Order: sequence, then structure tokens, then C-alpha cells
Amino acid sequence: MSGKFKKERLDWSSFFFTGLSLLAVLFILLMLFLIVGNIVVNGWSQFSWGFLTRGSEGEMFDLAKAGVWPMIFGTTARVLLMTIFVIPVGVITALYLTEYGKASSPTIKVIRAAVNNLAGVPSIVFGLFGLGFFIQFIGQNMDGVLGRTEALWGKPSLIWASMTLAVMTLPVVIVTTEESLRSIPPGLREASLALGATKLETVLFIVLPQALPGILTGGILAISRAAGEVAPILFTGAAYYIHGLPRALTDEFMDLGYHIFILTTQSPNIEKTRPILYATVMVLLMLTFLLNIVAILIRAQVRKKLRSLG
Amino acid sequence: MMSPMTIMPPQKLDSPPAGAAVMDAPPLIVVDKLSLYYGTSQALKNISISIREKMVTAFIGPSGCGKSTFLRCLNRMNDLIDNVRIEGSVQIAHHDIYSPDVDVIELRKKVGMVFQRSNPFPKSIYDNITYGLRLHGVKRKSDLDTIVERSLQQAALWDEVKDRLQTSALGLSGGQQQRLCIARAIAIQPEVILMDEPASALDPIATAKIEELILDLKKDFTIVIVTHNMQQAARISDFTAFFFIGSLIEYDRTRKIFTNPTQKQTEDYVTGRFG
Repeated sequence: MSGKFKKERLDWSSFFFTGLSLLAVLFILLMLFLIVGNIVVNGWSQFSWGFLTRGSEGEMFDLAKAGVWPMIFGTTARVLLMTIFVIPVGVITALYLTEYGKASSPTIKVIRAAVNNLAGVPSIVFGLFGLGFFIQFIGQNMDGVLGRTEALWGKPSLIWASMTLAVMTLPVVIVTTEESLRSIPPGLREASLALGATKLETVLFIVLPQALPGILTGGILAISRAAGEVAPILFTGAAYYIHGLPRALTDEFMDLGYHIFILTTQSPNIEKTRPILYATVMVLLMLTFLLNIVAILIRAQVRKKLRSLG
Repeated sequence: MMSPMTIMPPQKLDSPPAGAAVMDAPPLIVVDKLSLYYGTSQALKNISISIREKMVTAFIGPSGCGKSTFLRCLNRMNDLIDNVRIEGSVQIAHHDIYSPDVDVIELRKKVGMVFQRSNPFPKSIYDNITYGLRLHGVKRKSDLDTIVERSLQQAALWDEVKDRLQTSALGLSGGQQQRLCIARAIAIQPEVILMDEPASALDPIATAKIEELILDLKKDFTIVIVTHNMQQAARISDFTAFFFIGSLIEYDRTRKIFTNPTQKQTEDYVTGRFG
């Protein structure tokens, strides 16, 4: 060989695009740093154990008395309740789409289209839907059937807000579950059926355990999306102020996201109450993060178990 | 070539049978004029064949000739595919398995299957074997233990895995996984085992073990095996059926098929002139 494999010219185009992608990453990191930094700097003075653990008792704009415990409780409760509603419905829908329905059938195509459209609906529309469908239709009719003169079900409450959020996050759960179902080798289903298992036994004992991490991913994405949403709960359950914590599914609740909105728009002195606002935002971020971490840890545990033994 | 070929009745064979017992082996699976369509295209054409009990019957033929499709007709695995239509009849032990009153679950308990790609469940070795048993109502731990040991012994895997029954089946080598799949199939005591190219993804040593195992298993089971490997068919089978473009071209004793086939196409295929 006569060549010396010596580099004779710089590969400028590669150089340029490497730099460009690095810049893009730095830009995103910078944005994140600015947002989080701004919140922490402005909210730190207000952030304390007392702020986390007390309710405002009507004094929500008083720096000394403001507290967000009822909002933390409300947001956590509505997110967890939503998970309980959305996961079974989403998983069963995904099972139908991948395991039971024929891929070519019109029903499947209609359901897929519906799921995709549901994902594109603005969240305020879900709020109005929740008000019209869950509260005014289902709730008020329940009251009628149960013979109540005073509205119990037919008013905004924790359960209807959670269900509205569940409808909103349904597409995410369906799509991620479907993906994880499709990644299961068809050979496993065949092996089960060839051993004389019914379709249901195959789904319950072979397919679902394998899909569990994917289902939990769907749950994590749903939690992330729902925790910060305000619009869907605006008419369906979030309260400006209530005394104490909600005690039943039919009670209204206070919510971190909605509380931020209140602090921003209803404060008699925005400059003075700004630390409360920032601290509340900080708490919302931390709570969302925490809920995600818990879900991710559960998923890691399930994966570990599947890998070690199955 | 498209017309159904005459199948020579085993009684009129040129080559003498290997033993009287072979001659006496009664047909267990009798297929009569079976045709299979995917939508409008015909994949199997008018196939008639009698498969004998406790014998190894090999299906050979070039890719796409319908041998795997035909194998899957014998435990109704084709039911799972959309738009499949089947004509003709398949009788196993004098029962028409396509009759409307047949319980497919019961059929598949009697006609087990081993697939081309080993497909152990992502469970422990023990749970792989007991999966079918538990489904069919075997619950007692001592019964399960006995059957696990017996099945693994029969599949020549016991000595290699007896100390690690509770570890994941996915930790086994490819050949071990395939033998585990065989053990899993025989655990529920089928009468017939269908094997769809069970050794095609394995190395020669693992393949030899599977072949040895098949010869051993035919004492207890009727085995139907699809294979691409003609030497394999010649080594392990008693009868061989040659398929070509959806038709059964020739079916006879393996020795006859490989030494003195009646049909020109069979001769061309087994001598390696096409396929």
C-alpha cells in the first residue's frame, strides 16, 4: 500500500452537523435550567415544611399562612384515581385491537381512527365534555334514579374530574399498550394455543405478563400528562376553596394547577404574593416528578422480575 | 402436475417392509381430498394421505410447497389465520377434526406441536413444562414434579437442567430450548407430535441430539415432521411425503422415496436437481 491513511482534509459537513446537534441539546438544557432556576430562586423563600403541610384556611394570599397541603392531596388523588380508571379501559381496548379484532375489519379501523382523534382534542373540550356527559348526564340521572333531591352525583367532584382525565389520557395508554403487545413474539401465543390453551388463557398467562412494562409506560405517560392539566378539571371537580380535605369521591377538591391559576389571576397584590405562586409551581413540579419516579420504580421492579424468572 | 397424484397404498410397495410391526401399524391420521385456500388462492390441492401410528413421517419439498401449511391443518393451527378456508376431511383416530362439534382445545391436547423457532415461555424451566398441565387441571405439586421429570427425561434434557429447574428457560442454549419445547409438548401426553422444521435453526450437534430424540420418541408417539433437510428425512423417518406447489406428489416408505421414487419430480428433488 502506498497511501499513508493520512487525513488530508477536514470533513466539514460532519463537523458542522455535530456542532449543530450539540447546540440544539445545549439550547434545551439552557431552557430547562432557566425555567427551573427561575422557579426555585423566586419560590425558595416561601418554600418550607409548613407551606407543604398546612391548608390556607381562607388566607391563601397571606405569605405567613399560605399552605398547599389540600392541593397536593387533591392533585395526587385525582391522578391516582385517573390511573385506576384509564389503565383497565385502555388495556382492554388495546387487547381487543391487537389480540381479538381482525386487522382488516372496519371496526378496528374505526376504533383506531377514534383513538387518534381523541388524542388531538384540546383539553378544554374534555373539560366541557366531562361537565356535559359525566356530571349533567350520568350524575344528574343517578341522582334522579336514586331519588335524591339534593345533588350528590350531579355536581363537580373528584370522581368526575378523574374520569374526565381518564378519557383524555386514554389514547396514550391504548397506543403504548398496543405497541408492547405487538412486540411480543407471535410464537409465544402459538406455543400456548398449541398446548391446548384457550385464547383467554393465552392472553392472561402469556401475553399480559409480557406486556406489563409497556402498560406501565402508558401509565407513566398518562400521569405526566394529567398531573399538570387544569382545563379538564376546571368544570368537573376543582374548587377555588374548600375547608379541609375531600372526604368522599363526590367531594370537590383543591388542585395545584388550578391554584396556580388562582394565584396568578385573583391575587389582590400580585407583587407581594409572588413567592407563594412560585413555591406552588415548585411543589407541582416536584409532585409530578415524584409520581413519575414511583411509577418508573414499579416498572423497573416488574422488568427485573420478568427477566429473572418471568 | 396440478392434478392429484395417485398415492401408492403401502401394501403394494416394491421394497419389503423393515419388519412385520411396521406393516401392521394402523393409520392414525387419514386425510381425504384436503384443499386449503387463502382467500381465493389455493395453497393445498386435494391432498389425501394416511399417516401411520408410532411412525415418523417426514414432509419434504421446496419452500412454499405447502408442507408447513398442511402440517398446521392437522391440529387446526390454521384456524388462527384470517380468510383460510379448508375443504376435505382430516380424521384422527376415526374422528373428523373439522366437524363442527370438535373441541379444538381437546384436539390440541392430543396433537402437540413443536415449532421451527424454539419458543419457550419467558418463565422458569419448571413453569414451561407445567403450563399445559395446569391449564388442563393438574394441580398437585407431586404430580407436577413427576411429570416434569419424566418429560425432561424423555426429551433428553433432564441431566442438563435438573439443578436449575426454577431458572429462566431463556437462559438455555438454542438446542436446549428446542428440547424444552419438545418436553413441554409431551408433558400433556399427546398422541401425535407435529414438528415444523424443529432443527433448522440449530447447529449440527444440537440437530443430531434432536434427531436422536425423535427416533426415541416414536416408541410412544406418532411423529410428523416437516424438514428442509433431505438427509434428515432419510435418517429419521419411516415414511416420506414429497410436496410440490401445494400438491402431494409422492408418498411412500422413506427408503423407496430416496432410492427408487416413482415420480420424476420426486427423483429430481431428492437428487438435488431442483428445490
